[in-house]
Formats: sequence, C-alpha cells, structure tokens
Amino acid sequence: MTTTATKAPAPPVDPAKKKVQKKHAWTARGLLLPAFIFLIVLTQIPFLVTIGFSMMNWNLLYPAQRGFTGLDNYKTALSSGALWPSIVATVLITAFSVVLSLLLGLLFAILLDRKLPGRAIARTLMITPFLIMPAAASLIWKYSMFDTNIGMLNWAFAQVGLPKVSWSTEHPMATVVIVLTWIFTPFMMLILLAGLQGQSKETLEAAQVDGAGAWRTFTWITLPHLRMYIEIGTLLGSVIILQVFDPIAILTKGTGGTKTLAYLLYERAFIGLNVGEAAAYGVVTVLLTIIVATIALKTTFKVFMAGGSR
Amino acid sequence: MRISVKNSIINVLTWVLVLLFFFPVFWMFLNGFKPESVASSIHPKLFFTPTLDGYQLAMDRGMAAYMQNSFMASITATVGCVLLAIPAAYALSLRKVRKVESTLSFFISTRFMPVAAVVLPLYMILKNLGGLDNIWVLAIVYMSINLAITVWMMRSFFLEVPFEIVEAARVDGAGLFREIVRVVLPIVLPGVAAAALICFIFSWNEYFLATLLTSNVARTTPPFLGSFVDGRGQFLAVLSAAATLAVLPVIAAGWIAQKQLVRGLSMGAVK
Repeated sequence: MTTTATKAPAPPVDPAKKKVQKKHAWTARGLLLPAFIFLIVLTQIPFLVTIGFSMMNWNLLYPAQRGFTGLDNYKTALSSGALWPSIVATVLITAFSVVLSLLLGLLFAILLDRKLPGRAIARTLMITPFLIMPAAASLIWKYSMFDTNIGMLNWAFAQVGLPKVSWSTEHPMATVVIVLTWIFTPFMMLILLAGLQGQSKETLEAAQVDGAGAWRTFTWITLPHLRMYIEIGTLLGSVIILQVFDPIAILTKGTGGTKTLAYLLYERAFIGLNVGEAAAYGVVTVLLTIIVATIALKTTFKVFMAGGSR
Repeated sequence: MRISVKNSIINVLTWVLVLLFFFPVFWMFLNGFKPESVASSIHPKLFFTPTLDGYQLAMDRGMAAYMQNSFMASITATVGCVLLAIPAAYALSLRKVRKVESTLSFFISTRFMPVAAVVLPLYMILKNLGGLDNIWVLAIVYMSINLAITVWMMRSFFLEVPFEIVEAARVDGAGLFREIVRVVLPIVLPGVAAAALICFIFSWNEYFLATLLTSNVARTTPPFLGSFVDGRGQFLAVLSAAATLAVLPVIAAGWIAQKQLVRGLSMGAVK
C-alpha cells in the first residue's frame, strides 16, 4: 500500500485552495449519490415499510379488517408457537453449516496448498459447488443423492450392508446442513487458502529450524495467522446462511424442525396471506441478523477496514 | 524416501476427497445424458449409451425461454450495478470523502439486510403498480441486492491504483470524466470485470425473489428448476439435463474468474 499517497496536501490555509477542496468534496458526494439513493429507495425504505406492516392487522383474505394493531402480530408470533422454533431452526442450521464448512474448508485449503499433481484442476473442481445455483444443488442432492430408491448415498450404504435411510423425512436437519455445507465449503476454502498463501515463508522456515514439528507449527503459527480469515469466513457465511431459503423450500419444505425464518415468512405471507404477521417475522430476521453480525463484526470490522482509507 | 511415500499417500488421499466432493456435479452431468430408465434405475450405471433425450425434454418444457429471461435479468442487473458502482467506488478510494467508514458500513449493512426485510413491501408495491412478472423489474431488484458487494469489491481494486498517476492526470488538467474513463478505468479493468462476474453469478442463481416476483412471462431458471419438486414419475434425467444447462454459464464464468473470486466473495477483504 502506498501510504505516502494517503496524506492530504498540507494545510496552508489559502482561501482559493479551500474553495477547490470544497468543490472536490461536493464532486465526491455527487459521485456517491446515485448508488446511495438507489440503495435507500430499494432497501431502507422498504424495510421501514415492513416495520409498519408488522404493526398492522392485515390478512389478504379479510382486507376490510385492515388496521393498526401495535405489537399484536409479535404477540401472536410468540404465542402461536411458530416464532421460537423457527429462530432455533435458523440458528442451528446456520451454526452447524458454518462450523462444518469451515472445518472442511480448512482441511481442503491445507491439502490444496501443498504441492500436488494437477493442483489447479483439483482447485477448479472444488470451487464448483459454490458456483452451482443453490436450487439446482438442492434438487440434485434430493433426487440423485438422498433419494430412498435411486439415491447414491443409499446405494453406497447398501454396498457396505447398512440399512436404507429416508434422509429428508428421518433426518431433515442433517439433509439441509449437508447440502449447505457442501455449498459453502468451497467458499471457506477459498478464503482460508488465500490466508495460507499469505503466510510468510521465513517464519515457517524459522519454526522448522527451531525444531517445531508440523502440528506445533500449525497450532502456533498457521492458526493465529489464519484467525482473521476464519473470522471473515464466519461473518460472511453466517449472514448469508441466516437468510437461507432455497434448500429448505426444495429439500424439506420446512418440515422436521427446519422451518427457518425466511421460510416461515414465505409461508405466512404467500400461503397464509397474513401480511402483518409475516412482516413481523421479517423484522425478527433483521434483529437476529444484527445480533449475529454484531457479534462477528465486532472482531472483524477492523480487518475489513485494514485495506485502508485514503 | 519415507517422506516421499508419505507425500504420495497424502496426494492420493487429497484427490480421493476432491473427487468425492465433486461427485454430485459429475453425477448430475452424467445423468443428463442417460435415458430416463437408466438414470432412474436403482442400479446406478457408469457406462451407458448416451442420449440427448433429457435435453430435448428440458427444451420441450420451455427451458430456452427461462434461460433467456435469466440472461436478461442477470446481464441488465450487472451492467446497472457496474455503472452505479464505478463512480461510488472511485469516490470512496481516490477522492477525499468525509466519513468513508460510515459510508462503507452503510453499504455493507444493505448487503447484510435479509431479503425477508424488504420482500413484502416490494411485492405489495409491485402488485399495485402492475410490476410483477416483469423481467426488468426483477433486474432492478437484483441490482439493489448486489450493488453493495460490487462497490466494496471495486473499491479494493481502485485503492491499488498508484495515486501518482491520478495526480499527474489532475495536474494535466484532466476533467473528472476523463480521469475516470481514460486514466483509472484502464488500470482497474480486471477488477471491474471480476466484480461484474460476481454480480452476474449472484443474480443468475437467485431463487427466492425470482419465485415471488415472477410467474409466467418473466420466470427465470431457478424457479423453473424448483418446479421439478412436485414432479411425478421418473424425471431424474430431464432434471439433470436442465440443471446442467442452468449451471453451465455460471460455472464457466466462475472457472474463468477463479483468481478474483475469493476477493469478490469476501467483499475485497481477502486478496
């Protein structure tokens, strides 16, 4: 980074220069404005409207009864027993998927950081699951891997004499987590691989000279170095998986403890036609995301800013 | 000698794991070329007489039109995103903006905002304005999802532009437009391309909004694939063929942009 360039011109207070600087500031703002306005109109304002919706009694089947109800929708959400299991499902699915894909991603990153015949091809194959649209990935897993009759998992089980498993009905949570882990392992691997490649060779060699074994080198040098990459992976992975919808809709339709907040909202709004209650779930989703993101962001934001501001 | 044996064992193990991990993709590709009776058989076959029946059936179901819609929405969203993001990323890197950090966190917060938080008002407004099932509307919504990540990613590339070059251009009296288009853009072009690819990938793969905001005319590929869930009878071959077609553009794009992929996914935080 060229830190010297970050210094602003020294401030001898010359009114003409000041004027120019002011003009520059307005140019910069003008350049930012289109993106800014666009995002406010399409994300911030709709969110405020969602909060408004969530305080209304609004069922599309009974449009005449539409009106303000304060926090009734939230009370209904709590008392109907739908909200809490849904939060649990969302958090569990996110936590399991993030941790598993992080571990697998670390394993693959380490394996593919080594010298390996055909390494470039191996890496290319590895990133593919993340590129495949989640809807297609879920369908492929559902019908060609998990299926009771023609799924390859059960075929493999049969080969070693294990009984058939009806994955999506017997283990709905595992089904969703397996697919999400499969999708997000490449994501974690890419981030961690970048971390491994950024390790200084000298430090590693010094450790070797000092007689540190592979395990010690890994736990004492590599892992601390990877910390920021693990944090980035965790933060981004959690925030994306918290919103997950496609695998749920395709694999389990929210049955068996997999009804995430996104799916619950979809069900209440577009099948139950209860806009008010659905909006409340939308607001809860935001709160949950903020909680999870703040926990992760507290540690990671510094890292994001490390790119430096000029 | 011992080390090299150990190395070879790890190499073989690595490849076994990679191939196992890739197997679902390989199997999908293979199933797409199988006759339906072979694909849906309880005895999986690795060797068979390939057929294009699955692809033919997918086309008969209107796959081409859905893919065309996907292309229209994704490409429009990508172009729009890039056009809005270039000036913003430029301002946030090569200009002095006060409160850079809060501006950046505003952008990142919109990326982290769950779609669930905005989908109901969007749906209601579009329904009242007659904007549902319109591919251009879907493209604009996709722009709003991907703009933040595009700005972040581009900024990380813009920050690498040697400031001396920009300063020299300013001293030479280059106007703002000239400075961006003639001086900065040629340097950051790979970064802009990478950001565009990321935007394209996310738009192409999006399922939730596509399901809700489109029905017949503007339906894109992901909800079309989703409609296989309620299918009856044997359909693994046609599903595999359709899925292969659906994922091909993004896999190609991703393989080409592999080097920049990690940077885009981490919003420029990891290089």
